[in-house]
Amino acid sequence: MFETLTDRFEGILSRLRSRGRLTEADVDEVLREIRTALLEADVEIGVVRGFTDAVRRRCVGLELTSHLSPGQQVIKIVNEELTALLGGETLRLAYASRPPTVVLLAGLQGSGKTTTSAKLARWFKQQGRNPLLVGADLQRPAAVEQLRVLGGQAGVSVFSEATDPVAVAAAGLDEARRLGRDVLVVDTAGRLAIDAELMDEVRRIAGAVRPDYTFLVVDAMTGQDAVATAEAFHRTLELDGVILTKLDGDARGGAALSVKEVVGRPIAFASTGEKLDDFDLFHPDRMADRILGMGDVLSLIEQAERTMDQEVATKGAAAILEGRFTLEDFLEQLQQVRKMGSVSGMLSLLPGIPKDLKQASSAVDDRQINRVEAIIQSMTPGERVDPAVIDGARRVRIADGSGTTTADVNALLKQFREMQKLMKGMGKGGGALGGLLGRGAKPSPRALAELAGDGGLAALGADPGTAAWAGARPAAAGKKGKGGKKGKGGGRVTPKAR
Amino acid sequence: MTDPVALAAASEVVIGLAVALPLVAVTGGTVVALRLRGRGAKGRVPVGEVASDAATDEELRAGATAVAVAEATAAPPAVEPATYRGRLGKARGLFAGYLGAVRSRGRIEPATWDDLEEALIRADVGVGATDALLDDLRGRVKAGDIAGPDALVEALKADLVAMLSPGAGGADLAVPGAAAAAGEGDDRPVEVWLFVGVNGVGKTTTVGKLAHRLATGGVRVLLAAGDTFRAAAGEQLAQWASRADADIVRGAEGGDPSSVVFDAVQRAASRGHTLVLADTAGRLHNKVNLIEELKKVRRVADRPPGRVVEVLLVLDATTGQNGLAQAKVFLEAVDVTGVVLTKLDGTAKGGIVVAIQRELGLPVKLVGLGEGAEDLVDFDPGAFVDALF
Repeated sequence: MFETLTDRFEGILSRLRSRGRLTEADVDEVLREIRTALLEADVEIGVVRGFTDAVRRRCVGLELTSHLSPGQQVIKIVNEELTALLGGETLRLAYASRPPTVVLLAGLQGSGKTTTSAKLARWFKQQGRNPLLVGADLQRPAAVEQLRVLGGQAGVSVFSEATDPVAVAAAGLDEARRLGRDVLVVDTAGRLAIDAELMDEVRRIAGAVRPDYTFLVVDAMTGQDAVATAEAFHRTLELDGVILTKLDGDARGGAALSVKEVVGRPIAFASTGEKLDDFDLFHPDRMADRILGMGDVLSLIEQAERTMDQEVATKGAAAILEGRFTLEDFLEQLQQVRKMGSVSGMLSLLPGIPKDLKQASSAVDDRQINRVEAIIQSMTPGERVDPAVIDGARRVRIADGSGTTTADVNALLKQFREMQKLMKGMGKGGGALGGLLGRGAKPSPRALAELAGDGGLAALGADPGTAAWAGARPAAAGKKGKGGKKGKGGGRVTPKAR
Repeated sequence: MTDPVALAAASEVVIGLAVALPLVAVTGGTVVALRLRGRGAKGRVPVGEVASDAATDEELRAGATAVAVAEATAAPPAVEPATYRGRLGKARGLFAGYLGAVRSRGRIEPATWDDLEEALIRADVGVGATDALLDDLRGRVKAGDIAGPDALVEALKADLVAMLSPGAGGADLAVPGAAAAAGEGDDRPVEVWLFVGVNGVGKTTTVGKLAHRLATGGVRVLLAAGDTFRAAAGEQLAQWASRADADIVRGAEGGDPSSVVFDAVQRAASRGHTLVLADTAGRLHNKVNLIEELKKVRRVADRPPGRVVEVLLVLDATTGQNGLAQAKVFLEAVDVTGVVLTKLDGTAKGGIVVAIQRELGLPVKLVGLGEGAEDLVDFDPGAFVDALF
């Protein structure tokens, strides 16, 4: 999301860089671009006005300092203001002293409450809690069934009964106490803010369970109306925060940001994919970086820490740095990666990944990784360490063993060579990578941006070599086992950003 | 958290991944797309994820309404005929407030333009379309063609209506049976209308309402429950079908949506249905494999005796500027013929359709004004704009 904001800045800022002092006209020009970008991101117009006013006040008359150009200072100010706008601090949940901690979800129809309920319950579970889900959406037939299915996937039991929503919520609370659950997540039916009857119902549900946290679930694609909706829900329920859904689309999500600003409650969580794990606390400072195109590397690192085996990770990292990254290491890393969730979700967190690449990655699924795994696993340990020994006969054997074709094997080997080259470049001479690591625990956005720029991430997208692996596949498809035939590189279709 | 060393190590790994992943991603992505082409989608993977972010409360709730209407005859809700003004009236005020300010000034001032701009932006018309509209009006004011705020408001209204009115290209909703009537004997095609869109916009409800409307009008409609992904989507459509007294073809949950549509066309051909209304699963427009799946559904539906007559993009009226991106992708992928704007009862909005019409030439054909079966009406630009004002 928000990539275009960075694009817009680039042009103007490149002109500003040469100047020692910013004039009001310069700042106005920047602000106009910011305004348009924010409006196109569905940020509410009143919020946009407040934002541009705040930036203007701080920007006019900026002096050239020793290490930051005026343009960079503008970026810094915009970043800081954006961070403030997005909510400042990450929400810190305080659990109730007398369990269970009750969380109530409400929102419009189609915003994603039921899925979010399950994701939230799973998140609590990962925090070491013992949650219970309550299906209080009795309005639509399959809502409770849907919650049960999702609850099953999340490993969280679901309570519901065919009475009325208020009674179900109250009974759910009793059930949680009886079972000794320490968190209760209550799903409710979708309702319009102008529907007085249903708004009263949700007020009564809240009265029955006395939630510690009430979250409004907001679709990232919502337009200007989101603020009015949130205000209405806030009047009825006293919201504690917003949960932003469908962030895996290409919507900029500005509406949710406005909700935070107008209602004065933070975006607490965000949902970034279809998998139950594609959900986490919302980090406003990181989001601001992401808005400015810096990616969200910190989130990725945390995700990695949570799911990856530290030993394997460190070993792989060392191998990369020392330029002795083998297919065996690659296989191990690949298996680690799979634990982390969807590839596209991870890519979206990284800075400098070309848009069409991100789009292409949304089509990837485990079967592709399976195939790569199968190929590597069909190699001997020796071959994995030194792929150069793999001759024609070995290729046929590997292809047969992995249920692929020699063209697949060739393509993988070629890709691997490209990768090795790249990694050697990264490991040597300190470069961007060394600089990044030298900075300690928290890589600065600038270092990351540099890495994205010349560390090769961006370059990958343009590398014609990357096409080969894919190109070999279509021609070879359906000719399994016919070793030796060269797959022609035709037929590659790169899904392009539209 | 963890110590800096561990974090640094982790970040190294991340970088390693960053190198490895794009490679896998690019190659994998391409292969998936090609596989879908070659063999057809095996439904959506992985199977474990039964319900995605496809929260379709609205759709399902309409299903509940159907049940409620069927069972609770004791308390019949007064069914008023759906009108734009009646339904949008609930949410009026915002736009009207700006225009009141504009009119009260007596003459056209800089603040006048600010008010008009803000009104249009707030209605989700978007910066581009708003600038285009206002620049044109500014020129006409300068040229002396528009004198005074009242005339300005009327001119803006007229421009919006003109923008939203379909061109001469026959953009009205197709008349069911027209294509079939043109064919002869065994060549008579089965007309298919396909409903597409992102998650949670109200596709299934729209299909249900339309089935009700057309069946009431005497059209022989067959419903195809092409949303095989979301649990209970087929069940929900089945309720609409029984309510509309229409036939329905359902597939296995998680099955291939194309095969459901194929079966529906075959059944329609053998049983003499005029029209197949095909529901599809909600899909975000940036998910390449799901868009590929949809392309296949369209191809299969268009295979004789089937003929795709309408591909309707269902759009939630609360959608902001992302609606344009949605429309672009779906238009390019499956040749969308028109837009259905849903959930207009909650909001005097839906301005994104102005941008969609302007940039893509896609007309709005139907409007959902409420949850009742009667609340799906033909789009009327004049009434729509009037209601906004």
